[in-house]
Amino acid sequence: MYVRRMKSLPSIATKIRESVIRMSYVSQSAHMGGSLSCVEILTALYFSVLKVYPKNPLHPGRDRFIFSKGHDSKALYATLAERGFFKKTVLASYEKNNSLLPGHPTRQCVPGVEITSGSLGHGLSIAAGMAFTLKQDSKNARVFTLLSDGECNEGSTWEAILFAGHHRLENLTVIVDYNKLQGYGFVKNVLNLEPLLQKWTSFNWAGRVVDGHNLDALVEMLHDLPITKNMPSVIIANTTKGNGGVKRYLNSIGSQYHPPTSEDMADLHLSADWL
Amino acid sequence: MRYSFISTLLKSAKKNPRIMLLTGDVGYSVFDTYSTELPAQYLNCGVAEQNMTGVAAGLAIEGKIPFIYSIIPFVTMRNFEQIRNDICYQNLPVKIVGVGSGFSYGPYAHTHHALEDIALMRSLPNMTIFSPSDPIETAFVIRASIKINGPVYIRLGKTGEPELHEKTVKLKVGAGCIIHEGKDIAIFSTGSITKTALDAAKILKRTGINCCVVSMHTLKPLDKFLILKLAKHSRAMFSLEEHSVIGGLGSTIAEILAENQMRLLFRRIGVPDRFTNKVGNQEYMRIKNQLSAKQVVTTIRKSLVEFV
Repeated sequence: MYVRRMKSLPSIATKIRESVIRMSYVSQSAHMGGSLSCVEILTALYFSVLKVYPKNPLHPGRDRFIFSKGHDSKALYATLAERGFFKKTVLASYEKNNSLLPGHPTRQCVPGVEITSGSLGHGLSIAAGMAFTLKQDSKNARVFTLLSDGECNEGSTWEAILFAGHHRLENLTVIVDYNKLQGYGFVKNVLNLEPLLQKWTSFNWAGRVVDGHNLDALVEMLHDLPITKNMPSVIIANTTKGNGGVKRYLNSIGSQYHPPTSEDMADLHLSADWL
Repeated sequence: MRYSFISTLLKSAKKNPRIMLLTGDVGYSVFDTYSTELPAQYLNCGVAEQNMTGVAAGLAIEGKIPFIYSIIPFVTMRNFEQIRNDICYQNLPVKIVGVGSGFSYGPYAHTHHALEDIALMRSLPNMTIFSPSDPIETAFVIRASIKINGPVYIRLGKTGEPELHEKTVKLKVGAGCIIHEGKDIAIFSTGSITKTALDAAKILKRTGINCCVVSMHTLKPLDKFLILKLAKHSRAMFSLEEHSVIGGLGSTIAEILAENQMRLLFRRIGVPDRFTNKVGNQEYMRIKNQLSAKQVVTTIRKSLVEFV
């Protein structure tokens, strides 16, 4: 375990959150809300759960983290930088011309990015393929995947859920960032997912629900895997879109489209750079 | 071609444990031997081609050489975005094997016909495309595809295609293979309809027209050198394919000829830009689309007369 001192996790999450807001401000790009809703999930994974090697990012024994909800790349990049995979100053170039950090991540664009993502509903199949091989080859490495709730609209996601359940991929864990807001409305109004946990478990997954902003609860749950032997695990993380960001966009669709203004940055007491 | 594919793959897979065969729940009887002999290198993914393609990408990331297999529309169109993003964009060594080129599944109607796949696969960066004309070319392209460290699309017919080559023929990736010599005109053909090109050349010879027939088993990269060489020495050139005239072999040759200021008669012979309203077996479908040997000869003769 990387961070045994649990009390330091909240301050790490705060730093990652600040990086996300800065990147949104500097690039004036969309998708701040969904990036903020998964900050604690990524903090728990990268600073307590995942076996990763920032100085040797392709170490064969590493746990694989598949960031399927590619549109929220700011959160991934900020976390990887915080964890030491690359310099935090690189974050300033997010979505700029010729940057190492495209709006949707591409495989190995910077160390630590395992796959290309951006189109919804692709990541879980790739993760399942990796988990299948690791299991077949008797490797101990595990595969974790972060999905958005919007991705649970995609048929391909449910194909992958069927596949992983069928093949009993207990080395595979999915965390759903269930912030209840998708591209153009609330999930319950666009394409209701409820009962979400039961859907997964009826596909032969073991599942739990967690407060996705509670670091203690996340860490505890993510250290207790697989939930059931011989089954893939799903953790439905209840989160709030825009959590800890610009207040007027909290839990609103606006958080997906509006970057912070300079006044917002002043209100949040944030400067525009990382130095 | 299916049997040539699976027997070649089985031989290679026995030697190379990295090879995996994934099927979208098709291959009844064809895969029985393979799946019995190499159960750990075989995976029926069910009727879920998008997932199968993503899973193959995951296998490739972890060091495998996956072959994914289904009927062409289901393994190139249903999962097109997975091929584009997960395989080609990430440049992974996944081999896509489609069965049922053109009208191989004739009576099953257009849901099962494969008439746009070359156009789609050709537009993807990093993709190599093989379209063998007979079982001998099939065995060759399967072996070649394993050595290519990137995405490959292999377009197969079905079963029972005759051998057009001697067993000892020397084939090369990216090089067209002349299977009938002739100095007047040339037909570039691909896939199992190449047999028709050969038959047409024999008929033409009887009427005094010497026709060169080239089997284009590699569609990407295309043998530009041979196309331009024959363009310089032939009176006319034709392409023949069991595929839409839009975006396939004919389109590719036309691009090459136009960009190299070749001034000669060139005509694409393929499936017109429409769905065929009545369906039947492969022979029937070819006749309905002017693709029998006699009809091809008529098209060629008419073109030659019009051009003069």
